[in-house]
Amino acid sequence: MATVSETTTAPKRRWGATVAGVVILAVMLFPLYWMINTALQPESGLLEVSPVPHSLDLSGFTSALSEQGGHLLTSLAVALGAVVICLAVAAPAAYGLAQFRLPGTKSIVFGTLITQMVPGIVIANALYSAYVDLGLVNSYFGLMLADASLGIPFAIVLMRSFMVAIPKEVIEAAEVDGASKIRTFVQVVLPMSRNSLITAGLFAFLYAWSDFMFALTLNTTDDVKPVTLGIYQYIGAHVGDWGSVMAASVLSAIPAAVLLVLAQKYIAAGITGGSVK
Amino acid sequence: MSTTTASAPAVEPAAVAKTPRPQRARRRRRLSQWGFIAPAVVFMLLFFGYPLVRNVVMSFQDFSPSTFFDGKSPFNGTDNWSKVFEDDLFGKALWHTIVFTIGSLIGQFGIGLALAVFFTKKFPLNGFLRSLILLPWLVPMVVSGIVWRRILDQDTGVLNSFFDTLGLGGGHTPWLTSPSMALFSVIMVNIWIGIPFNMVILYGGLQEIPKELYEAASLDGASAWRTFRSITLPLLKPVITVVLVLGFMSTVKILDLILALTDGGPADSTQTLGTLTYQNSFVQLDFGAGAVVGNVLILISAVFAVFYLRANRSEGK
Repeated sequence: MATVSETTTAPKRRWGATVAGVVILAVMLFPLYWMINTALQPESGLLEVSPVPHSLDLSGFTSALSEQGGHLLTSLAVALGAVVICLAVAAPAAYGLAQFRLPGTKSIVFGTLITQMVPGIVIANALYSAYVDLGLVNSYFGLMLADASLGIPFAIVLMRSFMVAIPKEVIEAAEVDGASKIRTFVQVVLPMSRNSLITAGLFAFLYAWSDFMFALTLNTTDDVKPVTLGIYQYIGAHVGDWGSVMAASVLSAIPAAVLLVLAQKYIAAGITGGSVK
Repeated sequence: MSTTTASAPAVEPAAVAKTPRPQRARRRRRLSQWGFIAPAVVFMLLFFGYPLVRNVVMSFQDFSPSTFFDGKSPFNGTDNWSKVFEDDLFGKALWHTIVFTIGSLIGQFGIGLALAVFFTKKFPLNGFLRSLILLPWLVPMVVSGIVWRRILDQDTGVLNSFFDTLGLGGGHTPWLTSPSMALFSVIMVNIWIGIPFNMVILYGGLQEIPKELYEAASLDGASAWRTFRSITLPLLKPVITVVLVLGFMSTVKILDLILALTDGGPADSTQTLGTLTYQNSFVQLDFGAGAVVGNVLILISAVFAVFYLRANRSEGK
């Protein structure tokens, strides 16, 4: 949009790049197009899929909704729960690690970086037997906790890098006015760090929503089945019915698409900020 | 939390009124400061520290399906270790992990960098196209795997019918069903998944390079390739290191994608250390053997963690 004013010099070449960009995008997004296309051709199970849907056949979506709708709600509940846990644990820690001069905080930050490197399957391996002992297998709360662990180190690193920039004077001023530590945190620090909270929450949601491994390993019954696990088991049982499988896939991808539209700038900030800094 | 809020006003006036005890006040201050950090530390100890220790212990224990009924998992020395290492499958899985990781990284990084450079050009709709390219990265990985499984289907998948239409032959390539092709196909899909992440971070890095350097280079008459080699690459190096190490960390442990595409098959040709850990523990219910493979995975990750931290440190300077 900003480029419009500058197009006078070599407009042809610029639009040439746009065409190239569209081609690149088309290649990159083709699998997603194919997902939607296949979802609209439910009878195509064992045949080749035609390049464009002949007619809008929504039966794949209705059967996906009836069979996976509950799992979509489970995913939503688990992901939202994980976001709440993640922010409740990570935000105060990020603030403390950014602003307090305490012995050992450096090694905690170091430890936080390290935890991002522990392979998830290794965690699941040990967590399973602990979960059996604690009665957390097949429970919403257990899965929320495990999924929150996917976002917590990232959220701490990300929010801390924002909170370091809050001037000490602002916090001291609040404390001079007689506000307690917690009040200062809730009424001064959190509003100032709003953007980083949104970014961290967004990623915590995406991690939990996309989680497949904990859903697969920490559940032995069908009580708590997020949509990622639902779709995975669906292809095992309905190999022929690709229309419904793809319709379920489309439904599971909707949160990602919505988030991308609503929160573009936060997503880019999250991908770069949380990893490079 | 509410207890702290309630007690704080009650305590402070008393402390001010009586003889000042800076020592105690400071200790109290410290304690309340630790209150902010402690929950996260406890959480991370439970969800990262404990599993690390537990996996080492488990690798010396005998787990069998009956363990889940009688709760008995006696120590068995190094039995699990020798069992895992003597099985050919471990060597295969290790080799597949190496090929999968290196192949994925080269593809993701190469294409990601090319796209990042492409998008530094100014052209209409640049920002819009750039943000849409993120979509594949945001879709759950297991879902991407399932979509690609449909695309790569030998008889009815669109990729083969596309090659057929072009007359390129090979219209019946068994992408996922032949042991010699499957690992290649899985790598290809993982490259597709990783491109947006590489592109976004590298694009950010490219934006940080001062424009004046490029102007100076073009005044000197440097070729595009020369400019790229002498300006872009050296200045991008810290970002490149971080991208590669983060890419490594997320690739080496991938489970979702491989399970969705091939379930480790055919004939174990896409079995990696990640899927082998899963197979041992959650399919065979031999958590001891799973822990052994998991420990090897941790060890590999730890070596790269050192690289990451060194990269991070030089970044901070």
